[in-house]
Amino acid sequence: MVPVSYYLILSAILFSLGALGVLIRRNALVVFMSIELMLNAANLAFVAFTRVHETFSGQIFVFFVMAVAAAEVAVGLALVVAIYRSRQNIDLDQMNSLKG
Amino acid sequence: MSLELILFLILALIAIATALGMLLSRSAVYAALYLVVNFVSVAIFYLLLDAPFIALSQIAVYAGAIMVLFLFVIMLIGLETLPGELNWRQLVWPLGLGVILLAEGAFLVVQRIGRDVYIGQTGTALSDPSLMAKVLFNDYMLPFQITAVLLLVAMIGAIVLSKREKAAKEA
Repeated sequence: MVPVSYYLILSAILFSLGALGVLIRRNALVVFMSIELMLNAANLAFVAFTRVHETFSGQIFVFFVMAVAAAEVAVGLALVVAIYRSRQNIDLDQMNSLKG
Repeated sequence: MSLELILFLILALIAIATALGMLLSRSAVYAALYLVVNFVSVAIFYLLLDAPFIALSQIAVYAGAIMVLFLFVIMLIGLETLPGELNWRQLVWPLGLGVILLAEGAFLVVQRIGRDVYIGQTGTALSDPSLMAKVLFNDYMLPFQITAVLLLVAMIGAIVLSKREKAAKEA
């Protein structure tokens, strides 16, 4: 028997670690991975609430979040590759101009 | 301590440890591999929460497709480590903000459930994918189709973005 609050606290911990990753890392790829971690933490909270309220809506939203995450990763990684081609670098601190 | 609680605590330890490993590993390849383990442990949480379909799509989509895409791009770029990353003196402010975010998030999300519900046996009606499909294809039909359009747009966008400059000029 696991209280549902344990799942929610774990989800909050994973989300905070993801947000921390976005703040402290400069490698664009690792920042993307941290965003994935945050999406996952939100998904975990969704599924935990699904179990509490006994409806399928939470699981279905997780399904949609996964589809959006897949789209986001495809476009985001294409952007990273395009940025790397034009500047030979993926350091986020160096990306300070809009000119390509 | 029941079996589920022991399983939960061990898995939670693995999930947090791998998330920290991803955060602190200098090499992007190691970060990606840590994240795969994290996704698998979250998938097992979904099984404990009676969502087997979500658990398996988590493994197929996240641990499979998305992380393979990440590894492909890391190999393609070949820039696993950035020099001078993870400077400990720069970590103080983000760490403080992260702790505040964690405290607020955990407080609000736990306050919201009101009474604490205990999750015991798996195998309730929620674990039946055919019942989930009925809800998905009846109540959520329009969002489902919009998702298909979204994936198509993302695919076209990825192709346009990763086209080489020369090909773009010739076209």
